[in-house]
Amino acid sequence: MTQKFDNLPDETGHFGRFGGNFAAETLFHCLEELKAAYKKLKTDADFQQQFQRDLAEFVGRPSPLYHAERLTKQQQGAQIWLKREDLNHTGAHKINNTVGQILLAKAMGKKRIIAETGAGQHGVATATVAARMGLDCVVYMGAVDIERQAINVYRMKLLGAEVRSVQSGSQTLKDALNEAMRDWVAHVDDTFYIIGTVAGPAPYPEMVRDFNSVIGQEVRKQSLEQIGRFPDALVACVGGGSNAMGLFHPFIEDQKVRMYGVEAGGKGLETGQHAASINAGKVGVLHGNRTYVMSDDSGQVTETHSISAGLDYPGVGPEHAYLNDTGRARYVTINDDEALAAFHNLTRKEGIMPALESAHAIAYGLKLAKTMSPEQHIVINLSGRGDKDVHTVANIEGVSV
Amino acid sequence: MSFIDQKFNSLAGKKALIPFMTAGFPKPDMTVPMMHYLVENGADIIELGMPFSDPMADGPVIQKASEKAIQQGVNLVQTLQMVSQFRQDNQHTPVVLMGYLNPVESMGYEKFVNSAAGAGVNGVLLVDSPPEESAELQSHLKKHQLEQIFLVAPTTSEARKKFICQQAGGFIYYVALKGVTGAADLNPEIVNQEIKQLKQYTALPIAVGFGVKDAASAVAVAAQADAVVIGSALIQQLLGCQDKHSAKKAISDFMRPIRLALDSL
Repeated sequence: MTQKFDNLPDETGHFGRFGGNFAAETLFHCLEELKAAYKKLKTDADFQQQFQRDLAEFVGRPSPLYHAERLTKQQQGAQIWLKREDLNHTGAHKINNTVGQILLAKAMGKKRIIAETGAGQHGVATATVAARMGLDCVVYMGAVDIERQAINVYRMKLLGAEVRSVQSGSQTLKDALNEAMRDWVAHVDDTFYIIGTVAGPAPYPEMVRDFNSVIGQEVRKQSLEQIGRFPDALVACVGGGSNAMGLFHPFIEDQKVRMYGVEAGGKGLETGQHAASINAGKVGVLHGNRTYVMSDDSGQVTETHSISAGLDYPGVGPEHAYLNDTGRARYVTINDDEALAAFHNLTRKEGIMPALESAHAIAYGLKLAKTMSPEQHIVINLSGRGDKDVHTVANIEGVSV
Repeated sequence: MSFIDQKFNSLAGKKALIPFMTAGFPKPDMTVPMMHYLVENGADIIELGMPFSDPMADGPVIQKASEKAIQQGVNLVQTLQMVSQFRQDNQHTPVVLMGYLNPVESMGYEKFVNSAAGAGVNGVLLVDSPPEESAELQSHLKKHQLEQIFLVAPTTSEARKKFICQQAGGFIYYVALKGVTGAADLNPEIVNQEIKQLKQYTALPIAVGFGVKDAASAVAVAAQADAVVIGSALIQQLLGCQDKHSAKKAISDFMRPIRLALDSL
């Protein structure tokens, strides 16, 4: 019997041995409530119609599938296609999920929105939908990240959100998530927590995946129209893994379509300074689910490093952990310098400036293309645009802007 | 009968006082002496915190204590050694380890339970390991008669309270407020009502914690409960202690009034 993938998670939120509900007791009731509400609305025609309308009219979907002909020519291998999530409102795939979750929050009668953010993309996407719906919004962000992502902090403030600086632990994304959980525990009655990736306790990994699945659904349709068949391979970067899950999931039963998740190799796996949870972490429990976690010998979660703040997370969505163990998807790494080179390459060759997160996917996609033939097709998820990273790139290259 | 059961039986209706302290805080070599001071000043059971990098259910005070302990090299192995050392001079005070699952998973359930039992631990409370996810761990704990203690929160549904009570051992830990450890807005009236209700589902003793900070709040929530847990407020007192002598005084000053107040009930 061939293995089925599209029926997960199971009733208890598990993907094989991963996922689940490792939450503090105070949160159980609202997680149950959320699960029930989502189950009902997932198949509710009005809700889905509203979601589709918002994706079309507010986000600007569908996003194009773009044939990168000059890159293809350069690599002399497979045809390279880019899924242009960078063209969405707010500049990344993150908005797909926040548009979905805020509708759920409204339907559940919640008055207050909280979120965590690392690079600020999810924070901006959350502040955006909260502004549109007229709901109060608090975004938790590590003090270190606030420092390095000043523009996104200001964008959130302009949108009316309160950005709370998190001073605990490593003062980055994982600590922002802890702090948001603490807020939620204290305000469970009126607060909806919009988690930004396919992690957290059930039902978040499933829900965030579903809201992002519009990416893969569009690619199915577009590839049939533009290529005449499904692509041979899909490539996406993986921090928590929401853009990758969104691209992969609609293809999960099409075994001929290979899938590659690209983790942040940072300064190289051998240096320990990276964020490659699947490639170099071990099975553990963090933020409410069992998955691959970067931790030391004592089980303390370790600090991660990546040139891109959005991949700088010591865990990974449990469904990715499962796809890795079953061999359905392969997880590889790209180092900081390779991502930076891909950032320049795409910018100069195609006139598209990618986010440094997405540049990891581009870098691996280019390598992969070289090993394939011109009759084959690769779709790379261009999950976000690079404007937010211009300062980082300039800094690294010693240019003052 | 387990060691924790025996302890509650021996109290014969007296309210149990359960201080919480993070292992390795403020300094690693102070933990064992401080455990003895706690007993000398009225502790019936000790909850010892296993330091963790991401304590998502804890407020700022316990977060800081955990961070400081880790900085000084105190992890799960060292925490177990401390219990073992404490046991050399104390065989009558149950010790419950409290913390998060990842360090335990990292060590491996079997090794953890064997080491904990060997060190003289009597119970384990893992904030992020609810009964639904604890089957494998429980099978190991049972082999060594270690109790797994579970939390019940103000938001826990009636059906789930029954379920948790069936799974729990040692005592039930009732979370007195919606929030993290050490938060401020405690409502004793509601707490007492909730605990009274909870007693319909279990014969186990019920401890109440989160937000209890002094003799007055301890007495206020102890009307129905069998035990009171105090953590953040105790750790707050220990913040400035540089050595075991100052810790001894701080513990005595803090614990005595609470012990006296509980005994007057």
